[in-house]
Order: sequence, then structure tokens, then C-alpha cells
Amino acid sequence: MRAVISVLGMDRPGIIAKVSAVLYECNVNILDIDQTVLRDELFAMTMLADLREMNTSFEALKQKLDTVSTRIGMQIKLQREEIFKSMHNV
Amino acid sequence: MLDQKDILTTIKMIETQKLDIRTITTGISLFDCVSDDYKRCTQNIYDKITRLADRLVQTGAEIESEFGIPIVNKRISVTPISLVSQSCGHYIEFAKTLDKAAKAVGVDFIGGYSAFCQKAATTGEQAFLESIPEALATTDIVCASVNVATTRAGINMDAVRMMGGVIKRATALTADHNGYAATKLVVFANAVEDNPFMAGAFHGTGEGDCVINVGVSGPGVVKAALEEVRGQSFDDVAHTIKRTAFHITRTGQLVAREASKRLGVPFGIVDLSLAPTPRIGDSVAHILEEMGLESCGAHGTTAALALLNDAVKKGGIMASSHVGGLSGAFIPVSEDAGMIDAVKKGALSLEKLEAMTCVCSVGLDMIAVPGDTPESILSAIIADEMAIGVVNTKTTAVRIIPVPGKQVGDTVDFGGLLGTAPIMACNGYSPEAFIARGGRIPAPVHAQRN
Repeated sequence: MRAVISVLGMDRPGIIAKVSAVLYECNVNILDIDQTVLRDELFAMTMLADLREMNTSFEALKQKLDTVSTRIGMQIKLQREEIFKSMHNV
Repeated sequence: MLDQKDILTTIKMIETQKLDIRTITTGISLFDCVSDDYKRCTQNIYDKITRLADRLVQTGAEIESEFGIPIVNKRISVTPISLVSQSCGHYIEFAKTLDKAAKAVGVDFIGGYSAFCQKAATTGEQAFLESIPEALATTDIVCASVNVATTRAGINMDAVRMMGGVIKRATALTADHNGYAATKLVVFANAVEDNPFMAGAFHGTGEGDCVINVGVSGPGVVKAALEEVRGQSFDDVAHTIKRTAFHITRTGQLVAREASKRLGVPFGIVDLSLAPTPRIGDSVAHILEEMGLESCGAHGTTAALALLNDAVKKGGIMASSHVGGLSGAFIPVSEDAGMIDAVKKGALSLEKLEAMTCVCSVGLDMIAVPGDTPESILSAIIADEMAIGVVNTKTTAVRIIPVPGKQVGDTVDFGGLLGTAPIMACNGYSPEAFIARGGRIPAPVHAQRN
């Protein structure tokens, strides 16, 4: 299973490091990272990740990312990639 | 890698434009539950519903979590109860069984306390119709519907007359709760067999044992897309709506396939309706206003709705392998913040709503009228709406609530997604003698197509 991790909020140092640390801890392989700073301040990062070798459940990973989200004050979402593929591709 | 712009667009649709899956509805056939003993029959029904829908709520929650798309309701529709209960009667027990089974599996609503009498009602069906007020008043989440007209059969005016009384009694029995029972009752012309939306959902006779139907929504997404083409021609408006409806429906298709796979139940249809809720940013009326109308209800509203309804279907049909249900734009007054405002400020009348139902997906929906509205006026409102459905070969419906003790100028709160309804004025001239005639209004000439 592959999933997209999206991080949205005010730009600040250490965002990628903190999210990557959780993924490493859960044995989730990052396939691609894309990041943009929108309107000079809003940071948007999307990661495509492979969850096949994950050492925890989807829900548990979500909770860990929620904890990071609260700590850094940014919105972090974990969603299976099919939701994006199905919406934008025929 | 997916395009980041597409990812952010999807997230924005869900987070700020209120895109959601409005319902996953499991349709369950009850034909194999039939018995001449009502106790055995209701036990069979309870056992089958709780067996087949056992994992529905949990599966819906899992899909919601993994894909990050809200699934607002999980529901069940069943074979019309009038078809499975006539050999044993005791109709109220069937309603109670549905209520109990639905609560046991944790769904929001169960639909199918329904009857079909578009040409005539059998003796059993007449008793069934009479049972509806008590059935709805003594249960919490059971929904009822009655089909009184089709393009092929015409309009059963005896049933139309009965339904005026049924609605009045349903509200009287729940007078302490603003006539709540009538919010769970729909009168149909050309009812569809695979509608996943309440209160009109039932599992049609042409359906299999069990099926998954999904209803999508997203008025806020369409409104936001139209903000980008402000002042441009209707060609651009239609194109924008089509493109947006495609995106919305693709999401519904994904969820339907996933639910079908996980539950081991065949996928039926995606109903690509724009279903509003009372939340800000989730209004069909606001889409019409975005097209350039000062208020929903202004002259031009019917044309705007016609364009919207058509473009939603055109965009959605390409996105799903099976489109069905009601599919189009809903215009329930109490469930749409823009409709509520339009009625309150006098811009939207019952007559204009009736005109709008000629071009929307269903009909007069969640309309509150004065509690002292005579039965004959309720029946006549139904008759008008049925005529629109029959002549235009489309589904139309009436869900109207004569709220006990309320008058024009009052507002009534039904709670939750049912929203808040300003009491609307009816034309007070009497249709009593018209409704008293009974009999059938014949099928229109274009029904003879063979």
C-alpha cells in the first residue's frame, strides 16, 4: 500500500526531519518528496510513501503523525494514494 | 509521483469545501424472510439485516480513515416492507424490527417501510399505508416511502388523498417534536430502486440479495469552482461544473469499489447528487446565486438549476461505471443554509420551488408548512408534484411537514442534518372537491412508447 503524507502550515525549520523520523521509526519507505512555499509563508509538503514493510498499523502511524502535527502546529494528513489518483486520473 | 497541485486540490476540497461521501447504503433483499407468521418473518428479517450489515459501520470508518474522506452516513435499505408483510399483517412489528436491527448494527437510518400503489392499493397495502404514522412515531430511524404515481400508470389519486391524511396523522403523533415523523416520509412518483439517500431509500424488487450503493455530495466544491469563472459565459459555467462533478464522482466510485471489496458485497451504483447540509459552504442555493442571482428564488433560478442538474450528470457519468439513484441536485429547504435564507427574506416561495422541481433531481423536500394546513391541500401539493414527475418521466417526491402549532413566520428546528425550516405559506384556496374525486389520473400519451 502506498500513501501520501501532506504537511500544511506556516513554514518553520525541522518539518521534514520530524516527519521523516516518524516514518523511519515505523519502517516506512519514502519514495518521493515535493515541497512548495505558497504565498511566501504557507509551507506545503507532500511525500509519497511505501507502507508495505511498515512495522505498525495504518491507524497507529496516523496517531504518531497526529502527535507531530500537534507538536509543530501544522496540519499533517496520511491518506492512501488512490484517493488522489482516482480523482485526477481516468 | 502524483502532481502536488492535484494533491493539494483534493485536500482543499475535503478540508474547506466540505467534499464528503454522503452515504454508504447497503441494500438488503428481504424476500427470503417471508412467512405467514409475523413473528417468524420479523425474526428472519432481524437476523438477515444484522448478519449482512454487521460490518458496514466499521468498514465505513476504516475507509474514512485510510482515504481521509469523511463518510457522513452509513445506512441500510430493504425490500419494501409492504411486499414482505402482507401475508401476516402486524405492520408496526415490522417497523420496530427494522429499528431494532438498524440500531444493533449502528447505522444512521434504515429505509424501506415502503409501498407501491401507483395504480391501486391492495387491501393489505391500504392497511399498510394506514400504519405509517404509528410506525414512524414509534421508531427512531425507520424511513418510509410510498410510490403513488408512475409515467406508465398515471397518478393514483385515491392514494394521493390518503397520503394527505397519513402525513397529518404522522405529525400529530409526534407533535411534541415538531411533527418529526413526517421528516421520515416521502411520497414518490417514479421512485427509483437503487436510491441510497434517505428518507426515500428502499431495495428494489429488481435488485439482488445485497448491494452497496454510494451517494456523493459536494455543493461547496462546485460553488468554489464557479467562483473562478465569475462573469464568464454559461458555456464556461457548464464546463466547470462538469469537470468538478467528475472529480467528486471519481471519489464516490473509489469508495464504492473499496466498500464492495471489503464487505464482499456487489457494487451497485454511485448516486452523484449534490446534497446540501445546513453547514455554511454546503449549499445548492449558493451555487445558483454564484451564477449571478441576487437570491435563490429570483427569476432565473429555474434555468440556473436546470444547467446545474444537467452538468452534474454529464460530468459524473464518465466518472463511474454505474450511475444511478436520484443523481442531480437536491433542493431540500431546511437542509440548505441558502434556501433557508431565501425563504426567510421572501425570495423563495412554494410555487417557485415547485417550478424548480421540474428540473432538479427530485422534488419538494423538507418543506415545513402551517400545522393547520388541511389534508386536502397536502394531497393537492402531492398531486401537483406527481403530475410533474409523471409528465416529465422523472422522479419527483414530496416530503412536507405540517408542523403542529406553527404558523407562517415561525421557524422550526428539526435538529442535525435535517436543519431548520421557516414555515412556508400554502395557497389557501381549497382543492377539497378536486381531491375528493378519487380514481386515477391517466398515464400521459407519451407513456405509450412500445
